[in-house]
Amino acid sequence: MRYIPLSEQDKQQMLERCGVTDINALFCHAPQHTLDPAYNLPNHMGELEVERHLVSLANKNKDFAHNTSFLGAGCYRHHIPATVDMVIQRSEFLTAYTPYQPEIAQGTLMALFEFQSYISTLTGQPVANASMYDGATAMAEAALMAQRVTKRSNIVYDTDIHPDYKAVLKTYLSHIDGEFTESASPAETVNEQTAAYIVQWPNFKGDIADLNKLKSTCQQQGALLIVVVTEIVALGILPAPNQADIVVGEAQSIGNAMSYGGPHLGFFACQESMVRQMPGRLCGQTTDADGRTSYVLTLNTREQHIRRAKATSNICTNQGLCALAFTVHMSLLGEQGFKQLAQINHQNACHLADALTSLNGVQVLNTTFFNEFVVRLPFSAPKLVADLANEGILAGYALNDTDLLVCATEMTTNEDMHHLVQAIRIEIEGK
Amino acid sequence: MTVNKRNPQGLLLEEVLLYEQSHSGRMGVDFRAVSLSKDEQRTGLPLRESIELPEVSEPQVVRHFVRLSQKNYGIDSGFFPLGSCTMKHNPRLNEKLARLSGFSQIHPLQPQSTVQGMLELMFNLQNWLNELSGLAQTTLCPAAGAHGELTGIMMIRAAHEDKGNARKVVLVPDSAHGTNPATAAMNGYKIVEIKSDTNGLVDIQALDAAIEKHGTDIAAFMLTNPSTCGLFEPNILNIAEKIHKIGAYFYCDGANFNAIVGKIKPADLGIDVMQYNLHKTFSTPHGGGGPGSGPVSVCAELTPYLPIPLVVKEGDNFKLIEEAPKSIGKIKGYHGQAGMFVRAYAYMLSHGKDGLKQVAEAAVLNANYIMHSLKDDYFMPFNGPCMHECLFTDKQQKETGVTTLDIAKGLTDYGFHPMTTYFPLIVGGAMLIEPTETEPKEAIDEFILTMKELANIAQQNPEAIKQMPQHTPRKRLDEVTAARNPILTYQMSRQTQA
Ligand SMILES: Cc1ncc(COP(=O)(O)O)c(C=O)c1O
Repeated sequence: MRYIPLSEQDKQQMLERCGVTDINALFCHAPQHTLDPAYNLPNHMGELEVERHLVSLANKNKDFAHNTSFLGAGCYRHHIPATVDMVIQRSEFLTAYTPYQPEIAQGTLMALFEFQSYISTLTGQPVANASMYDGATAMAEAALMAQRVTKRSNIVYDTDIHPDYKAVLKTYLSHIDGEFTESASPAETVNEQTAAYIVQWPNFKGDIADLNKLKSTCQQQGALLIVVVTEIVALGILPAPNQADIVVGEAQSIGNAMSYGGPHLGFFACQESMVRQMPGRLCGQTTDADGRTSYVLTLNTREQHIRRAKATSNICTNQGLCALAFTVHMSLLGEQGFKQLAQINHQNACHLADALTSLNGVQVLNTTFFNEFVVRLPFSAPKLVADLANEGILAGYALNDTDLLVCATEMTTNEDMHHLVQAIRIEIEGK
Repeated sequence: MTVNKRNPQGLLLEEVLLYEQSHSGRMGVDFRAVSLSKDEQRTGLPLRESIELPEVSEPQVVRHFVRLSQKNYGIDSGFFPLGSCTMKHNPRLNEKLARLSGFSQIHPLQPQSTVQGMLELMFNLQNWLNELSGLAQTTLCPAAGAHGELTGIMMIRAAHEDKGNARKVVLVPDSAHGTNPATAAMNGYKIVEIKSDTNGLVDIQALDAAIEKHGTDIAAFMLTNPSTCGLFEPNILNIAEKIHKIGAYFYCDGANFNAIVGKIKPADLGIDVMQYNLHKTFSTPHGGGGPGSGPVSVCAELTPYLPIPLVVKEGDNFKLIEEAPKSIGKIKGYHGQAGMFVRAYAYMLSHGKDGLKQVAEAAVLNANYIMHSLKDDYFMPFNGPCMHECLFTDKQQKETGVTTLDIAKGLTDYGFHPMTTYFPLIVGGAMLIEPTETEPKEAIDEFILTMKELANIAQQNPEAIKQMPQHTPRKRLDEVTAARNPILTYQMSRQTQA
């Protein structure tokens, strides 16, 4: 086996030092009848065979490199500069672990500090942690933190939140006392028992709410405002959501591939007053024995390895390498590049919206949007998705029988848009 | 220019934050020019003005991160015996395959007919884990080990609720990883800690007493096997019987599965639920703290409660089951850390059942070899044989004043990553050493000699160890100030300096 270096001679010498002659003597505490059962599995394969097998599986998928796509809905295709993958494949980043020994992990730590700084400044929140599993779990953790901070148990959340995020919230809170109310009219539903109101921004259908109004509704009742961002590129064009008490979401768009839904990059940012209630890892700046600026994991007493049952969360391993990918990509973009990227996304989405509304009977339902919006079709949206998939066009995400959620990014070309418009035109004219 | 600040540092290059390298007008990307007309501003809000991101060019970004990487230590750098974390070799083949556009450039919501290869891979991975555990079915959804624990305990809760009573208590040994009690608490359970006996094993009398006291209030027992002390629990069948007798479930924290993979099926030990850490046993890279992946296998009785989605095969087609009446629901967006599935599956195929058995045996042999080699130099709180990791403490160094922390820092000066320190909590000054199966004997021997040398220095010149490390990118850090006055962002750091 190419990954296991021990030779027969090594093994003999080592067994000898252990004072045994047979490897199974080291498994003497296991019930002996359970040792070496039969497995209905193949034997090992060479690199070539493994590669052949996996390439054949990969080739059965219709990927975005060879097909046209308008899918978004919380997972976005953006261009990833070559530098990003070069950096995250650096052995010293890829094969390190949680930086528990800061003297030999300054690379990971400084990158996490930069990550936290970027998330903080993008979200307009003073503090951010070093990542969560994904946007959906970050939102659930935000609700749990709101309950701890306010000592209230009810959560109200907007209707137009990503369905997976709502589902995960429900699962995480299923055993907790308190009411979980879905409501598009917080002025009526948020009250003095509400821990937090959650709104996605832009929402699942692409619309962009006025956070000032929501802020004052929450403030009047002493509830926290949680803003969820599933497309972080939007923060290059929208003003920072600093009306929020907590901003969480998904940052996959920057530096991370779609990878069939994971690994992505949850982020978590909030007001400084809540920092000791935050879940997850935090990296802080300090000095070493020679007085040099250094970085270290800090405020560990919130975490499971110290606080155990009373920890703010059970999260341990998070999305370190995805956070690094984000940090590299965001560093390349910088102030100007990130804003331009957002503007190009928006401009392309505007063009797509115009092209689609030029079709007879097709209507854009949004009054506002960033790079994603809903079109109402004069025929079945799920059928369109299924039919066009066969032609190499992933048309979008069907919300119901007539409505299609479509997305344009910097990857979307005029030709792509033309393809979609033509395909829909044929469907319409065929009727 | 301050000339006198320059010290010859050789290749230990200093690097400052990109914020401090920023110059207005620099860019690391070139986009087409864009200027939005009035009609191209449909967000309903004014355009964002200043964000305060640094402005640097591509060469600066490349150099910055390459320099940072050189301040890091990974498995590829050298021996990394971080106990409980299974820092084994990460084959580059797996990275290459995960980057195939057919895996990396597919969207979680595209029609299932267009991702049959991915679904087939997930189906196969589920089956491999079913077969390796001997359990009935596996969910791939959880994002990491702790998330798998959460999922497992949620399923247990749902199963009890289905029988009319969620129950109140989860039993957790005092040697357990912090994620175990934290997980049970997140599920609303009260944790009853079971003391370990003098051998580091579950104290059966304490377990009996807890069962006597809490009876059918007990929802589950969460055991790590092999344990966090690196020991196989010899009474495991007996424990399983006791737990099942009161209608509770036997949860196994599978973080240490590397010791028995391909060698023992957890189901044969009476285990009902177990999470894996694909980033440990199945070698998906640790990435400086993730991403991980934490699939969970369950016994037949618990399959109705598995989270969604689950991959099934119908005829020649693979399909995601996205609704199930008794499912605990979704625990993560989409379908799990799919990119990690590709890597883990490639790892499994590379090993096969014969290779995985060798993994367990070599991991266990390496750990026992270290244990036998160092037992005169460091205190061994429990007798072996150990499994994939061996446990020592700093008791033997007590009178010198040298602690586990010092030994760990000393190791870094000799080019090794330290072992896990101060965990498990049931012994003072724990040093948990996990060599894994991918180390050559020479590297292990070198580590052993270094540990012996450090034990010697501790006796002869303890002050020298207290000053270590000297040859690392940083010396010991002021962690107290970091926690007292947290500086968590560049913006906070500027405020502090102002
Ligand atoms: C024994 C044990 N259980 C659980 C975990 C949690 O796993 P993860 O970090 O993947 O969440 C770990 C490792 O970190 C562990 O060592």
